[in-house]
Amino acid sequence: MKRAVKVTVNGKAYAHEVEPRLLLVHYIRDMLGLTGTHVGCDTSNCGACTILINGRAVKSCTLLAVQAEGASIQTVEGLATDGKLHPIQEGFWEEHGLQCGFCTPGMMLTAVDLLQRNPDPTEEQIRMGIEGNLCRCTGYQHIVNSIQHAARKMRGAAGRATPR
Amino acid sequence: MIPAAFEYFSPQSVKEAIGLLEKHGDDAKILAGGHSLLPIMKLRLAQPKVIVDIGRISGLSGIKADGQKVAIGALTTHDAIERDAVLKEKCPLLAETAAVIGDMQVRNRGTIGGSAAHADPAADYPAALLALGAEIVAIGPKGTRTIPAGEFFVEMLTTALKPTEIITELRVPVLARGTGAAYQKHPHPASGYAVVGVAAVVTMSGGKCQSAAIGVTGVAGKPYRATAVEKALIGQSLDETTAAKAAAHAAEGVDPQGDLYASGQFRAHLASVYTKRAVLLAASRAK
Repeated sequence: MKRAVKVTVNGKAYAHEVEPRLLLVHYIRDMLGLTGTHVGCDTSNCGACTILINGRAVKSCTLLAVQAEGASIQTVEGLATDGKLHPIQEGFWEEHGLQCGFCTPGMMLTAVDLLQRNPDPTEEQIRMGIEGNLCRCTGYQHIVNSIQHAARKMRGAAGRATPR
Repeated sequence: MIPAAFEYFSPQSVKEAIGLLEKHGDDAKILAGGHSLLPIMKLRLAQPKVIVDIGRISGLSGIKADGQKVAIGALTTHDAIERDAVLKEKCPLLAETAAVIGDMQVRNRGTIGGSAAHADPAADYPAALLALGAEIVAIGPKGTRTIPAGEFFVEMLTTALKPTEIITELRVPVLARGTGAAYQKHPHPASGYAVVGVAAVVTMSGGKCQSAAIGVTGVAGKPYRATAVEKALIGQSLDETTAAKAAAHAAEGVDPQGDLYASGQFRAHLASVYTKRAVLLAASRAK
């Protein structure tokens, strides 16, 4: 029996009838057409499917769409506003944070959660923060540089915020 | 990978949830954060006909201290446990254990009640829950009961919970003066699960070990208290030599499990190594 699901994704409200076993990542990709969220390992290891639910990074291959009922979701498509890149996107651009790009959406959304908690992370804290995201190009150094770039930029814009 | 079809309920109260469990019996599985259950459903190792999603029941998450004990709601996430100021002060072992579970995304969703109920032999919490002498509070059709951690983990993926019972909270003792605790883990390099994880709670008095509780996960089919280590520690002044000697008993009386990553013999060896580390770190923290 199908269930009604209402969610807000990147500020836009959606309502659908879904099978309870539909995974959130498939809901986002197949029903909403937002294919920036990738399916990598499909076993909650690689982090390519990472999205933000109510501001927190989660792996959307390991959630049912029905569990997201009422939630506010952000995907990579919602990072830029008014045609202006989010600081984390700028960081990946400036610091060559992507090679093949497959892990990039998940990396960026994980980084957004990380920087919300800790606006001034050490390199080690960044590496621990993205331990749930795998880069198959192994380009981790540039990804770390990209997140540091974004952290500097976001601290500059918002002043010195304190970690939560 | 798509789970097999199931009927889905999202009860608003514990009472409603128990009613559903009574009605559907063995066909039903409880869904909390879903980070243990959904992966095995996607692999179709589990194909429950009915899912009872308790994620929307209010009052099942949060952490509160009442003098001697800290109560942690079953739906409290690993992330909340890792960061909670009360736990960090009163029972830092649990926060330290939560911090090394999986990764940030997993900790954002996974819950302590779900992890305990799943009873994965490589889960992190069981070591700490055993060493702390935690209590698991469960509610069922006949009311509430409190299960000591030592009786809770029955076998691999099996607990003392009845099919109609739901964990509502877990209670851990406030760390006493002179007591230190530590969790040391050898994570699987890919999954992050504990190949071996050891939690030590050590009370020191006049430079000697007065009491010790050692919880071990990952080694055997179920987590256990390393009682031979505990006995060997008592009365000792803890240094590299005495800790290593006691820790040599870490896998005594259990049947260490082997898999593709680590043989049973290697696991037994790791148990000794990580027990020594946990004991020494706990002793250094005992103030």
